[in-house]
Amino acid sequence: MQRQVALIKQSLFDQGYLDEQFMELEELQDDANPNFVEEVSALYFKDSARLINNIDQALERGSFDFNRLDSYMHQFKGSSTSIGASKVKAECTKFREYCRAGNAEGCLRTFHQLKKEHSTLRKKLEHYFQLARQAGPKETARRPK
Amino acid sequence: MINSGHGRGPDSGSNSDPFPAGLRVLVVDDDPTCLMILERMLMTCLYRVTKCNRAELALSLLRKNKNGFDIVISDVHMPDMDGFKLLEHVGLEMDLPVIMMSADDSKSVVLKGVTHGAVDYLIKPVRIEALKNIWQHVVRKKRNEWNVSEHSGGSIEDTGGDRDRQQPREDADNNSSSVNEGNWRSSSSRKRKEEEVDDQGDDKEDTSSLKKPRVVWSVELHQQFVAAVNQLGVDKAVPKKILEMMNVPGLTRENVASHLQKYRIYLRRLGGVSQHQGNMNHSFMTGQDPSFGPLSSLNGFDLQALAVVGQLPAQSLAQLQAAGLGRSSLIKPGMSSSPLVDQRSIFNFENPKVRFGDGHGQTINNGNKQMSLLHGVPTGMEPKQFAGSHMRVQQQITGVRPGQNVQSSGMVLSVADHLPRGGPSMLSSLGQQQPMFSTSVSRRSDLTGAVRNSIPETNNRVVPATHSVFNNFPADLPQNNFPLASAPGISIPVSASYQEEVNSSDAKGGSSAATAGFGNPCYDMFNNFSQQQQQHHNNKLNDWDLRNIGLAFSHQDTASASAAFSTSEAYSSSSSLRKRRETDATVVTAHGQNQQPPSRSLNHLNHVFMDGGSVRVKSERVAETVTCPPATTLFNEQYHQEDLMSALLKQEGIPSVDNEFDFDGYSIDNIPV
Repeated sequence: MQRQVALIKQSLFDQGYLDEQFMELEELQDDANPNFVEEVSALYFKDSARLINNIDQALERGSFDFNRLDSYMHQFKGSSTSIGASKVKAECTKFREYCRAGNAEGCLRTFHQLKKEHSTLRKKLEHYFQLARQAGPKETARRPK
Repeated sequence: MINSGHGRGPDSGSNSDPFPAGLRVLVVDDDPTCLMILERMLMTCLYRVTKCNRAELALSLLRKNKNGFDIVISDVHMPDMDGFKLLEHVGLEMDLPVIMMSADDSKSVVLKGVTHGAVDYLIKPVRIEALKNIWQHVVRKKRNEWNVSEHSGGSIEDTGGDRDRQQPREDADNNSSSVNEGNWRSSSSRKRKEEEVDDQGDDKEDTSSLKKPRVVWSVELHQQFVAAVNQLGVDKAVPKKILEMMNVPGLTRENVASHLQKYRIYLRRLGGVSQHQGNMNHSFMTGQDPSFGPLSSLNGFDLQALAVVGQLPAQSLAQLQAAGLGRSSLIKPGMSSSPLVDQRSIFNFENPKVRFGDGHGQTINNGNKQMSLLHGVPTGMEPKQFAGSHMRVQQQITGVRPGQNVQSSGMVLSVADHLPRGGPSMLSSLGQQQPMFSTSVSRRSDLTGAVRNSIPETNNRVVPATHSVFNNFPADLPQNNFPLASAPGISIPVSASYQEEVNSSDAKGGSSAATAGFGNPCYDMFNNFSQQQQQHHNNKLNDWDLRNIGLAFSHQDTASASAAFSTSEAYSSSSSLRKRRETDATVVTAHGQNQQPPSRSLNHLNHVFMDGGSVRVKSERVAETVTCPPATTLFNEQYHQEDLMSALLKQEGIPSVDNEFDFDGYSIDNIPV
């Protein structure tokens, strides 16, 4: 079970869903805060869902206020970076570039992709945490080899 | 959200933890994910962490617990307030080291952090290793303060100094002991020389540890400081002499020295905008009236001081206003209102007195002195001074526009009359009632949008009115700018900012509303103003003024508490100020706030202005306040400016003025928000 958990985590890293920052977060986890990473993840997804909503609405309006979109995305990127969500972060960067270029279509496309990445990551992490909890607390704190 | 610090160090809860454990960190970030991660990391470093997701909240926290934190970490991009603004406020008011952080690693932003005085800049994602060493900034700062005091001729005994120096070094396990030693030696030799000359000793200097008690620069204290500096001349002001002049028991040369440093930094920033203007102001002021001269300069400095003090202005303003206007707790919402009100009242007094004869005939004759003080502000006679003072006052209070101040004071009255919006009613109401102010202020905050909208309206109205007024003192306007900018370029920037703000009444209001307190708004306003000034020329001042006035009106109506308020406050403050006294500190702030991307210099300018304005207001108002019972409770709590102003007024020796301005038909309610 624990090995399974470790493997899953490893694959997340290997596939580029997560980066070293996630490991940093795991380092912060200890006996006093055994579920820290999971808590942070939950917080991240909650907050980013809100951001995604805002961006969705802004895009739907069709007015394409690039400044505003860029600022939303800056926030999004900040959170994603902090949690180590590298694919999401990459999409954020792309989105911002399109914003700066004033490329509405590019923004839309990228945002669509971003949402996909975001929800994929969320599912994977949820699965991972679930398993980790089942496997035992120690597992989550272990770094992938 | 704020979590009180969780101390995880061995001595959590005590301030005497050996470095770095137990370091009290305040971390500000609107991103909850980052905030949580940072908190965790900092706690792992054994620091005592308090997290906060709003800049305004952070500022009020810092103000409430003057010595409650050692260092602040703040994000750059925050919705309610620009991280750099927060940085400046903290630097001025609390003199704490601030670390900026952001996912943005572009050089320009990092440079901005540097120029705004951040002690460090971290790129997100922040790693715990980066946080482990933040204590060095705290130590470094304390050391520098020590050095400064030494340089200024602190009366630290050589041995004591030695001990002191060594202690920090040892405690901090600092590798830069050699540097410090060098500093210490040079400073101590200087100190010796100074000691010979200086009779005053800093008896209260706590040379025993790094943790010397932080001096809180109250509004009065700052006023005194600024007054002393002005008398000495900002270039020649040395801590020792300042200390002598201030004659405050318990204040050490070291305190003065470090405060002077900060003040100078502000001046420098402001000076960047329009140095020559500042010079002119000085000349103006001195020429016109000795009393004004110092005042003007004082105002400018006061603004800065206020900026520094932050809290002071708010309080002082509040007090002043309360006293002057005899209004009670006009401002209910956050501090922002109070300052505005206070300022307004203060200004109102002055303006009416000074010049209102023209416009309203109600010229407040609270006291010749007061008028003279205010002179800087409105009287055509001393437009310069008045302008300067006005600017300051205004700025402090509501970000009065510098140029306007001088004239605005007079004009305000007249404008008030003209302003359909309620200019006249506003003025009267403003002058007379702080409540109006507060309500307007509060309204502003609530109606950020409204404010904005109102601004344009007011502008239109004001313009015509003010124009006329301005015409009366054509010369004044330009001069006003100068005097206002006792700090170089202060006035101008202020005006400029006003203009911009006025011009861009639109959205500005909301953006910078974040300033936490009154003091903050001032800064913002100034900042904006200064920026604007740079962009605009004095010519525009007139227009601005008018607009400002209009804005002020509109602003005043709005509530001050909310962020919107801050911006709106700036507007309203300015208008109210103008009307009253050109105490547009709030306006200034509002303007400042609106102009989110203020340059540093501008900010400083704004600050300067504001401080100067508010300070002046205080001084002038002292007399007034005496007579008028502090009606605004709001102010008292929030605005140091009141205190500052009263202190100033006291210093000025202005006879109590009749705070009851008879602003014809001013009614806050009338002011469209």
